[in-house]
Formats: sequence, C-alpha cells, structure tokens
Amino acid sequence: MEYEIVIGMEIHIELGTKTKIFCSCPTEFGQDENTHTCPVCLGMPGVLPVLNEKVVEYATRAGLALNCEIAHFSKMDRKNYFYPDLPKAYQTSQFDLPICTGGVVGIEVDGVKKDIGITRIHIEEDAGKLLHESADGTLLDVNRCGVPLIEIVTEPDLRSAEEARAFAEKVRNILEYTGVSDCKMEQGSMRFDVNLSIREKGCQVLGTRTEMKNLNSFRALIRAVQYESKRQIIELKKGRTIIQETRKWDDTKGTSSSLRSKEEAHDYRYFPEPDLVPIVLEPDYIEKIKSALPELPEAKKQRYIDEYKLPEYDAGVLTTTGVTARFFEDAVALYNEPKQISNWMMVEIPPLLKENELSMENISIAPAQLVALLKLVKNNEISGNTGKEVLKEMFSTGKNPGDIVKEKGLAQMSDSGELEAIIEKIVSDNPKSVEDIGAGNEKAYGFLTGQVMKATKGKANAQVANEIIRAVVAKHLA
Amino acid sequence: MSLTREDVTYVANLARLEFSEDEVTALAEQLGAVLNYAEALSGLDTSKIKATEHVLAVQNVFREDEIKSCLTNEEALANAPESEAGCFKVPRVME
Ligand SMILES: [Zn+2]
Repeated sequence: MEYEIVIGMEIHIELGTKTKIFCSCPTEFGQDENTHTCPVCLGMPGVLPVLNEKVVEYATRAGLALNCEIAHFSKMDRKNYFYPDLPKAYQTSQFDLPICTGGVVGIEVDGVKKDIGITRIHIEEDAGKLLHESADGTLLDVNRCGVPLIEIVTEPDLRSAEEARAFAEKVRNILEYTGVSDCKMEQGSMRFDVNLSIREKGCQVLGTRTEMKNLNSFRALIRAVQYESKRQIIELKKGRTIIQETRKWDDTKGTSSSLRSKEEAHDYRYFPEPDLVPIVLEPDYIEKIKSALPELPEAKKQRYIDEYKLPEYDAGVLTTTGVTARFFEDAVALYNEPKQISNWMMVEIPPLLKENELSMENISIAPAQLVALLKLVKNNEISGNTGKEVLKEMFSTGKNPGDIVKEKGLAQMSDSGELEAIIEKIVSDNPKSVEDIGAGNEKAYGFLTGQVMKATKGKANAQVANEIIRAVVAKHLA
Repeated sequence: MSLTREDVTYVANLARLEFSEDEVTALAEQLGAVLNYAEALSGLDTSKIKATEHVLAVQNVFREDEIKSCLTNEEALANAPESEAGCFKVPRVME
C-alpha cells in the first residue's frame, strides 16, 4: 500500500515592534531576567491592556504579503489554560475572528510548483520563559510575556518534509522582506508546530493526526517530520491506530515522544477579551499598507532576470534574503556588471562568511569595497585568483582592496617590457620545450606559462604573458 | 437546561478546583438554576438582530509603539512568594 503524508503547519513569528503587544515594555531580546516587565505583562489584577497600533499594522502587512484577506472586523479573545509561563492564566489571542484569512503561498520543490493555502493569521501574545535550572522548582522570566506574535495557520496542503521546509523558508523570506520580523530562528523569533497524519494515497479522508510543537530550526522541522511520518507508517503497517496527541520532539535524540494526554485537556474556553475593544479596519487603511509593501522576493527575482539578465538560479540565490538582495542592488548601482557581482556573491563570499562566522546581516565588507575589487579584476590589474586572496584579506582586516594590492605588491604584471625580459630568459633556459613546440606539441606552452607564473609569483597577466611567449618561441624557432 | 455532576467536575478540573461530592451536587443545582434563568433569552426572536461579537460599542483603541519605563527586577519580584536568581520560582513543571 502506498501512503501519503499530510502536513499542516502553524508558524509563530515574533513581530519586530519596539514594545510589547499590550504594554509599553521593550521587546528587546537577551536582557537580564525580569527587567522588562510592568503590571500589565505581569498579569496584575485590575490592569488595562491597550493594543499596540504597530501590531495591527504589521499583522496587516504580513497578511497582505501572504495574499490574505484582511478582516474588516476582528477581535481579541482569552484562551484559558494553566501553565506557569503565563502569569494571567490565559493568553490573549484571537479565536473566531482573526485579523487575516485565506492566503496562499507558492512553493517549488524539485522543479514542481505548488500553492499552499493559509487558513488564517491571528495576533497574540508570547508567553514567558521557563528555566529548569533550579534544584527544587521552575524559574520564570516574564520578559517575553506579551511580546507580539502572529500565528500563521496553513491548510493541510503539505506532503513532505521538503515541502514543509520550502514553505517555512518562503514565509520567512517574505516576512523578512516586509520588515515585520527579523525571523531569527536562534532567538526564537520563528517557531513551527507541525500537524501530521498519514493516509492511503488517493484517499480523501484525513487520518488521525499528531501535533509537534515549538520546532525552532529548519533542521528540527525536517527531522521531526521525517521521524513522525515514519513512526506513523510503521504503526499503521502493524495494524495499529494512531492516537491523536501532542508529541514532544527531542532534537538531540532525534525522536518524538508522547506528552501524557492528561496534560492537555484542550478545552481553552475561549471568550471575547472584555478589556480590549474590537479592531475595525477600513479599506483605505488596508490599501495604504498594501501600496507601501516592498517588492517581494518573487517579483524581485523576476526583475533580476529581466533587468540584469541574470540566470534564474542566480536571481533565486540573490533574493533569498532581503539583506543579500540589498547588498547586490547597492553593488549594481555602483558598477553595472550584475553577472560578475553575482558570481562573486554566490561563489566567493559564502565560504568567507562562514570562515569569519559572519552572515550577510553583519558582513564585514561594504558593497562599494566589493565593487572596487571587481573593477581591479575586470581591468586586469590583478588576476581572478589574486582577487580571491584580496577578498579574504578584506574580510579579516576591513581594508580597501586597492590598499591591500599596494601593500602586498599584488598588482598584476601587464608591462610587456618587463615580462618580455623574464620570458626571453625562460624560453632560452628551456630549449627542450621550444623543440617540442616545433614538433607540434602545443602542451609545452603550458609548461612555459607555468614557469612564467612561478617566476612572477603569479602576478603576470596571463593573457599578455601568453602572447609574449608565443612571439618569443616563434622567434626561437625561426 | 440542567447541569450534570459530570459537567461540574469537568469544569472544576479545568479551573483546578476541588469539590466534595456534596458540593458537586449543590453546584450542579445552583449553576443549573443560573443557566435556566439565562435560558429565558432563547425564547426571544433574534433572527433580525445582528450577532453581538463584543459587548462594547467602542472600537480601535490603540497605543503608540513607544517604550516607557519598566519595573526593576526587585520591584517585579517584590510580591513573589518565592524567587531565585532574579526569577519567579514556581513548583517544578515538566519541560
Ligand atoms: Zn509590560
């Protein structure tokens, strides 16, 4: 029997507002425990939350970028459950009237294009952080309580770990572009929940699903999907039934395990939040946000193909993140050689970023510096290989390429007089090679070129050197 | 509309409340009476009335995204029955 994996995802994304969703505490990451709190986010009795206008704006922007309908009327609700990461004993979220509904995101896996439906996007508050370091209790840091989130809920349209990954990456890509979130996985700005079930291929009815919460990297997402789908298929093959439950993914062990179902009497008793009033968005508000949306990855990729004549592959790589695209565009604005810039950005820069533990966000060279280097290469002042060395030096010292070339004496030898003297000597010293060439062995040219490069420490302009070698050899053979 | 003992224990469990057998019986009766009282509303014809999504007639009350001062760590923890390492301390929970 052939099985089909059916996956729906919930993606939580922290919005990049300065303050929390219902109070004026900062959202800044990585601060000392319990230093960004106030009576509102501590859940003190009698306080009055007030919605941050930026949260509404960012959620609307995210919804529009993901092709959703923006609700004219939406409201906040209380989701009740007891867990110590939530001082109020409820999470303020949206239940039946979320701010966005019915979106779609196109993905491509192995050349196959597919649309993934988005059921809804709602706004809610993040919970606090539990630390399990104390010997006889659990410690709570409330700094994260009330940091604004959007939760993106998909239709069960995904069919593999690869599709789940492609979708998650696409969403990250789009939202990073729109500037509503930095989508930093390592800081928990983007987390995935996966609902997964198995059914017989061709069957229209969904199988019983399990849920895995809080996967916090693409790697965890892929591995959790692979593990859980395999586990369910094995269970079904053994003739067992799948139990609907929440499972915990252990990324270190690479396995998932059942969370006792007693823990989750999933009855949240949602009710409208009486302390917060409805959100009513008029068409002109939505239109204003829509018209201010930046160029999104797909459109940008197409423009790179059309405007810069880049291959589709290059255009795809360069538009993967907003910062990469900005770097490229800044460089092209200074120097109209898109393909040369693209080659260096795709081939030479990534290993250097890795080596220096950097990313495109905090890259140590400016687009203008890369451009200066590429001009040196283009004008044959240095060879491509020397250029790579110079780039490496630029990464570690931040110096300008021109200065590095001067300091290290890396400038290419294009002066034919100087080269001629060197070549004349090499040809005279290697009569055997000249003889071989005379006998029709063209390969001997390669040997001579090698000797010239050795003598000039690789600084000879290869094209100029080759022309001279041929002329000198011809003279010797005559 | 009446409330069963099972309804009472289910809701009590969700609210982390514990009741004796007698209390459950009494609450089933009392809460049932409250529900019956509210049930009178079902007798009204509401077919021409727009559903009430929210009880307040006010809408769009927002704040600007501006940072204001927070409590200090000491102030935040001042009322905590127990604290440790700058954190609130609660009975151990599973990860
Ligand atoms: Zn606060």
